[in-house]
Amino acid sequence: MNSLLKLKQSCSTAWSVLRELSGDDAYERYLQHHSVTHPDEQPLDRATFFKTEQRRKWDGVRRCC
Amino acid sequence: MTTAIKTTPENPFVRFVFWPLVALLGAGALGGIALNNGESINSLWLIVAAVCIYALGYRFYSAFIAAKVLALDGTRATPAERLSDGRDFVPTHRWIVFGHHFAAIAGPGPLVGPTLAAQFGYLPGTLWILIGAVLGGCVQDFVILFCSIRRNGRSLGQMARDELGIVGGAAALVGVLAIMIILIAVLGLVVVNAMRHSPWATSTVAATIPIAMLIGLYMRNLRPGRVIEGSLLGFGLLLLAVFGGGWIDESATLRTWFDYDGPPLALMVIAYGFVAAVLPVWLLLAPRDYLSTFMKIGTIFLLALAILVLRPQLQMPALTQFIDGTGPVFGGKVFPFVFITIACGAISGFHALISSGTTPKLLSNEKDARFIGYGAMMMESFVAIMAMIAACVLEPGIYFAINSPTGLVGAQAAQAVATITGWGFPVTVEQMQTLAQQMGETSLFARTGGAPSLAVGMASIFGSAFGNSLLAVWYHFAIMFEALFILTTVDAGTRVARFMLQDLLGNIFPAMGRTSWYPSVVICSALVVLGWGYFLYNGTIDPLGGINSLWPLFGIANQMLAAIALCVATAIIVKSGRARYAWVTAAPLVWLVIVTTSAAWEKLFSPELRIGFLVHAEDLQAQIASGRITGEAIASTERLIFNDQLDAALTAFFLIVSWIVVIETTRICFAFVRGRKTPAVTETPYEPTRLVEG
Repeated sequence: MNSLLKLKQSCSTAWSVLRELSGDDAYERYLQHHSVTHPDEQPLDRATFFKTEQRRKWDGVRRCC
Repeated sequence: MTTAIKTTPENPFVRFVFWPLVALLGAGALGGIALNNGESINSLWLIVAAVCIYALGYRFYSAFIAAKVLALDGTRATPAERLSDGRDFVPTHRWIVFGHHFAAIAGPGPLVGPTLAAQFGYLPGTLWILIGAVLGGCVQDFVILFCSIRRNGRSLGQMARDELGIVGGAAALVGVLAIMIILIAVLGLVVVNAMRHSPWATSTVAATIPIAMLIGLYMRNLRPGRVIEGSLLGFGLLLLAVFGGGWIDESATLRTWFDYDGPPLALMVIAYGFVAAVLPVWLLLAPRDYLSTFMKIGTIFLLALAILVLRPQLQMPALTQFIDGTGPVFGGKVFPFVFITIACGAISGFHALISSGTTPKLLSNEKDARFIGYGAMMMESFVAIMAMIAACVLEPGIYFAINSPTGLVGAQAAQAVATITGWGFPVTVEQMQTLAQQMGETSLFARTGGAPSLAVGMASIFGSAFGNSLLAVWYHFAIMFEALFILTTVDAGTRVARFMLQDLLGNIFPAMGRTSWYPSVVICSALVVLGWGYFLYNGTIDPLGGINSLWPLFGIANQMLAAIALCVATAIIVKSGRARYAWVTAAPLVWLVIVTTSAAWEKLFSPELRIGFLVHAEDLQAQIASGRITGEAIASTERLIFNDQLDAALTAFFLIVSWIVVIETTRICFAFVRGRKTPAVTETPYEPTRLVEG
């Protein structure tokens, strides 16, 4: 039981690392940041956030040779 | 693990037994590689030597740099913490930053360079990849990352302007723009050569475009921001495209739709580059980048696994006779050309742009700069070692048959094999035919650029490790994998160059500087695409294969950028009052200046036709004058002549720019040491961190 729990835990860690690495959880992180820094403002919805984020991210050198 | 090394004193066993053993093993492996005469050696030797050298470099040299030269301070708040905005500046876990940084620096460069440099044998390239990385490339990435962290994540261009003044800054900016143009052209040429008269490769590569668009739509409209889902879906579709290409290749009518010669393919890549640059990023560039990053990391791991499982023998000798400069893949002696052919993988100036771009805005602790800057470059260097292995497991005769341009060995198969066999690397027409058949291609002769021979090497490694029945699929998988992220670099590079051009033109016509003003977007994109498209197209009609002139140009440009980055780093170290440690960046800088200067000099003034641009132009001129070239050929020869002159002008330009920056740096460093006035050090003041070490 204990080892099963451990396995489950490490799987979920791996999953969250993968999500963070790929940017899959960007919106959740944005919500978190937003709720701390601008608690009185309405956050962007998921689709709008993703749109602005993608446009912004590519305004510079992102990839190398 | 890294924190353990940093904070706790080392266990005496580790200190006095483990590290000496690593040193001994590394020295043994390296000695085995270097002193081996005649017999073929196992690729495991290269892996062991590499791992030991990286481990020692990381454990000792990078620790020395971290503690003494840069004095990393874990109590100091990083820009990510101080300027945290949840977007650019985000304190991030060190492993996540490592992943981002590695994905950003690892491109097609470390795969192509070593493949080309294998013409000298495996030894020169391998030594340069290992030594160059540990003492040069890793140091550059690490120090520039540190400098940028201490300057609120400023870019290399901005730091050059701040620390070296207006001349250094301008040189850096123009240098980056020029290197971008050459880089895209040469990478475009690599893809074109991989697709030439190969319906399977062409259709598979073409299919990656609608697949990327589909994923773009999926991630924007159907399931916004679901990156993993979208990427997995895309991965499935890409695999389907690899198999689908095989079906197209088998159909007698369908295959003619995708069967093109080099020049028309070049025009298609140029048209694609323009369309990709003006399309919104979400539709093509961003999803393509997600897919290529997934593919890249996945395939690199798969290759490492396959090499470890298989431990193939290297067929290529340690040194070939081509160290004398007569090599067919590109002309030029082992010195200085191995050092500019392998840029990424040993030291690449381009990395300085990433190390002073997105990465410094993510570090939550300054001390992580060592792991991320130095460590990620070690990984990249290891990718280059694997590419070297993949090139050297091929029989040398086959390697040279694939990589020698027709202008050199002859267009007829019988002629080519006779020439190559005459060099002492036996190969037969039947052998090449069987190989081409196995790989699902009509011919593998003169497929220059490195991608096809790397794909053959990877296919044979994957085939032996995971089943030989699918060789053709593995081959086209490898081609697709390379093309996927080369085209990503083409898109992303065109965009970056466009922004820079808009920025530059904005100084003259303010309207052009508005990056989202559509006419400016179209005009600047078109100018950039025409710039690299010119070199790409001429590369495809060049009888010497194009790679012969473009790759050295790219190498010189990239190493020049590295020299500029090392100049900035050296100036900062000196001006921080640590001049006694300036050799850490000054030594690789001096080496790069020697290498690029002698390479550029040879490309300009060498009397060898395949090396010197000018003498080649003169020779063609003489051929026209003497009537040996007649009729239609005159027009294309005149274009080749102009091209040679243009290449020569660019080389001279690179040489002058890098020397200006070097002289400026030397002047500023000496002025500082003698107490005269210099641009002030721009480090942001100390602020203690409030983050808890996680």
